[in-house]
Amino acid sequence: MSDLALRPASPLGDLGVMVRRATTLTIRNGDALLTSLALPIMLMLLFVYLFGGAINTGTEYVTYVVPGVIMLCASFGASLTAVAVTNDMTNGIMDRFRSMDVSGASVLGGHVAASTARNLVSTVLVLGVAFLIGFRPSASVVDWLAAVGLLLAAILALSWASAAVGLLAKTPEAASGFTFFVMFLPYPSSAFVPVETMPTWIHGFADNQPFTPMIESLRGFLLGTPVGNSPWIALAWCVGILVVSVLVTGRLFKRRTA
Amino acid sequence: MPGEPAIEATGLTKSYGSVRVLTGVDLHVPRGSVFSLLGPNGAGKTTTVRILTTLTSPDSGSARVAGHDLVRDRARVRRSISLTGQDTALDELLSGAENLRMMGRLCRLSRGKAAARADELLAQFDLVEAGSRRVGTYSGGMRRRLDLAASLIVPPAVMFLDEPTTGLDPRSRAAMWTVITELTRSGVTIFLTTQYLEEADRLADRIALVDGGRIVAEGTAAQLKQQVSGHRLDLTLTGVAAFDGLAAFLGDRALLPDRDRLTLSVATDGSAGHVRALLDELDPARTAVARFAVHTATLDDVFLALTGHTTTAKEPAVV
Ligand SMILES: Nc1ncnc2c1ncn2[C@@H]1O[C@H](COP(=O)(O)OP(=O)(O)OP(=O)(O)O)[C@@H](O)[C@H]1O
Ligand SMILES: [Mg+2]
Repeated sequence: MSDLALRPASPLGDLGVMVRRATTLTIRNGDALLTSLALPIMLMLLFVYLFGGAINTGTEYVTYVVPGVIMLCASFGASLTAVAVTNDMTNGIMDRFRSMDVSGASVLGGHVAASTARNLVSTVLVLGVAFLIGFRPSASVVDWLAAVGLLLAAILALSWASAAVGLLAKTPEAASGFTFFVMFLPYPSSAFVPVETMPTWIHGFADNQPFTPMIESLRGFLLGTPVGNSPWIALAWCVGILVVSVLVTGRLFKRRTA
Repeated sequence: MPGEPAIEATGLTKSYGSVRVLTGVDLHVPRGSVFSLLGPNGAGKTTTVRILTTLTSPDSGSARVAGHDLVRDRARVRRSISLTGQDTALDELLSGAENLRMMGRLCRLSRGKAAARADELLAQFDLVEAGSRRVGTYSGGMRRRLDLAASLIVPPAVMFLDEPTTGLDPRSRAAMWTVITELTRSGVTIFLTTQYLEEADRLADRIALVDGGRIVAEGTAAQLKQQVSGHRLDLTLTGVAAFDGLAAFLGDRALLPDRDRLTLSVATDGSAGHVRALLDELDPARTAVARFAVHTATLDDVFLALTGHTTTAKEPAVV
């Protein structure tokens, strides 16, 4: 037996290879990439120019709506992780990786990292277009850092949650159904219109769902207005979702590969 | 470690819910040999491979692969084997070369070594021109070859090939057989599953027939064929009366009787003398037998004799 065959384990090296793999796959998956970059911008233009005139939020509408669009874009982008994970689980490549002693965690971690990178790019794009059409934030450097940090936490949490869904889904088609569901979650929140303008029965949900404190914090940071305890509530949601997702993916992975 | 078999398994069982997929599989595969698990759809071939490659754990039983215990030394087993699964495990959006380089990096080769090894393998598997193209554009045969190349980045001690030629056209299948035959010369142990008798016959030193989650026979192709008589005299009769008369006369000696098609067979050693004597014995009036043919036993006959059905799909037992 050649000793060549006995390689030392190297989880970090594997993660690096997997991040690169997932990033390349993301870039080459033209349709999904285009959708995740173009969709948020189209939605923003739609809201600002078609609906914006009829919506009174007390501020310039583009300024009001940018945090909502960023969150929508983050949740949609993160949810694509589910499709990538289901693909890996169903097409046999996960078996090969595992038979090579590459851990499932590094494969999933690669997808989450690629998702985070993709989302940051699309966020920058959204902000760029927003500036062009009149978005004028009044955030200090500290506010920007806080906003970016919170956004990163949200993307990370949503991406891991999507990875869990990806392990649950039996087919990539089922997994992509999840992306639609996630796309609708930001609507019953303060993302596009103030919650007070919605029917009362939905207030309970809209006020307490995770997107509302996220969007309120981002809005506060970008506009330099008081944020109250929204950032802490938002962060608590992110950490909660992240912890639950990581635990659930661990269990699901064991079950799917039993 | 030297002298220890490449694979040693005892009493492997596995159930999914109420479906008993494996009902006690024992295996003994000497180092450097080619061992084939031959069985129909749903026999439990993939499940056996998944257990032996540590991807799933057996409900009971134990196994050692490349000298390491499957459960206690999982990491060592994984580093001594390679798996080419039933479905090709490649990234369609990456090129062939990129796929191989990635696998090389996962085998902990340096960037440069991984690239060099990828080029070597592309050349060895006749994929140099296709190497820079995305795998999504490959034909079935090219994918299989690349898939096999990917499992050879670091020469493994034991290679597992799960139905390496299923779905290939005859030419690609023949090309794959050549590749596998060449691999055997390097001294690697190969554990191969297949639904094709001819494939097992051509490639394997030893063959295990698996059916309904258990091994029904094991040995060299020649040994297995000896389990049924080496040759068979196939008779087509002139009518139902002749068929019934001969079937009654032969009793247990009648093989594969088919009243609708008026055919039945008897064992023979295949010599002209014996065939002539048989025909005289069975049809002294020379009116019952319309046609005859001498058939040389195939593994299919063995399968039929041992399981009562041919190697076509069969649902597993449900308890
Ligand atoms: N994860 C699973 N859950 C439930 N049933 C399973 C699972 N994996 C395999 N089976 C069942 O176990 C039986 C044997 O499957 P296996 O894949 O081992 O057969 P096989 O011999 O490889 O067949 P094929 O030639 O079709 O590949 C099948 O009936 C299959 O449906
Ligand atoms: Mg199979």
